[in-house]
Amino acid sequence: MASSGSGYDLSSSTFSPDGRIFQIEYASKAVENAGTALGVKCRDGVVLCVEKPMLNKMLLPNTSRRIYTVDTNSGVAITGFVSDGRQVVSRAREEASNYEETYGTKIPPTTLADRIAAYVHYFTLHGSLRPFGTSSLIASYDTETKEHSLRMVEPSGVTYEYFGCAAGKGRQPAKTELEKLSLNKPDAEDNMTAREGVKQLARIIHLLHEEGKDKPFELEMSWLCEESGWEHKGVPRDYIKEAVEWAKKAIEDAEEDDESEDEDEEMQD
Amino acid sequence: MSYMNQSQPNTHQPYANAYQHDGKSAETRNLKPGELSTGTTIMAIPFENGVVLGADSRVSTGTYVANRVSDKVAQLHDRIWCCRSGSAADTQALTDYVRHYLSQLAIETGRAPTVKTAAHLMRRLCYENKDNLMAGVIVGGWDPVEKGSVYNIPLGGTCIKMPFAIGGSGSTYIYGLVDSLYKEGMGEEEAKQLVKKSISHAMARDGSSGGVIRTVVVKEDGNTREYIPGNELPFGP
Repeated sequence: MASSGSGYDLSSSTFSPDGRIFQIEYASKAVENAGTALGVKCRDGVVLCVEKPMLNKMLLPNTSRRIYTVDTNSGVAITGFVSDGRQVVSRAREEASNYEETYGTKIPPTTLADRIAAYVHYFTLHGSLRPFGTSSLIASYDTETKEHSLRMVEPSGVTYEYFGCAAGKGRQPAKTELEKLSLNKPDAEDNMTAREGVKQLARIIHLLHEEGKDKPFELEMSWLCEESGWEHKGVPRDYIKEAVEWAKKAIEDAEEDDESEDEDEEMQD
Repeated sequence: MSYMNQSQPNTHQPYANAYQHDGKSAETRNLKPGELSTGTTIMAIPFENGVVLGADSRVSTGTYVANRVSDKVAQLHDRIWCCRSGSAADTQALTDYVRHYLSQLAIETGRAPTVKTAAHLMRRLCYENKDNLMAGVIVGGWDPVEKGSVYNIPLGGTCIKMPFAIGGSGSTYIYGLVDSLYKEGMGEEEAKQLVKKSISHAMARDGSSGGVIRTVVVKEDGNTREYIPGNELPFGP
């Protein structure tokens, strides 16, 4: 749906005749060109995952971060412009810290997301500023209601709460895969656990990667779940390895099934 | 967060009159001339599903009782109340600020604030402005997280969650009584009786406490205000 801005896209303080602000849409494009970020809200926690393409063979592995802890009960994964994302995270940390200092409790998830959204939105209002080129996935636990949640803030400043969300290059196929997972069953007990979630997200990332034929990549994963004591932590490295092995095997098995189905069809002829 | 105008610092010379007593109480010395004091007895006890808050009703300037039926139990939010002691002006101002911040927070977060948050806000104000305030406050109420809870915020701005709290000038006379009569896990009636009895005893001995006893029982489904007139006190003149 690429339409030319032709004069209405020079500033984020200009509407186009059909009611769009092109600068915000271009900011979303910046996000769409970056590595995929996924998030799932499982029965007993939230899992975040970011695919980091290794731009340079000389980079030290596991050093460039995309997922940050904002407070003990909240974590943010960013995709798009990493430097923009760092700014958003920095603000989120300030908000969380100020809230606790003023009100004595951890910032509730809705409030954190609303404040990040308001901050991101601010940059879409002024001609002298540019919008952020990042989508932030926020995993958060409400210490008062004891509920966990997943939200995403887009460059336009909108925020929604999700069972599963994806941003970045592979978001379309990722969303299709996420819809197949049990995240929203009528009986909450039938939903996936966080452990399952880690495995499934690893599988989805590897699935997309075959399709993209991109550079080698690193997987960064974090969770906020019962197992982590409801604190935002990195998923233990050995568990990620386990999940990746499982994922690769699952993908191979699925391919074999596809092939054997084809063979069956041939024999019937 | 300092909202009070900075006034002159205390010109207190600790060793000037080392062996002479000026006859005034600690409280009167710290009040400005003519300022109203809620020299008081205040108390709050949480029970299983709520909190009982109680206070006397005497407001004095020196020996003159400016108001003998004042209301020292103020509402901060739907289910959060506080008892005020110290300077009447200071505690009224504090109560107004905290009420304002709590209502704004409730709108932003879409939920009722917790007693802990109310106590924290009160404490921030008391601590940051400790040089200019004389206020001892007890914050108590009901919230879905902790059910009934009570926080004592004495002079200086400490904030401590307590199983029961007493405060004000009259409280010094009833520490022993409350310590001996308080039991864990009291029900609503027992807690109410203890509050009324203790405040009566304090009113009997403290010149700055008197009048009527006002109580508020805060529970999930509502608040109940009661008062006991001076001639029906469980104890004392």
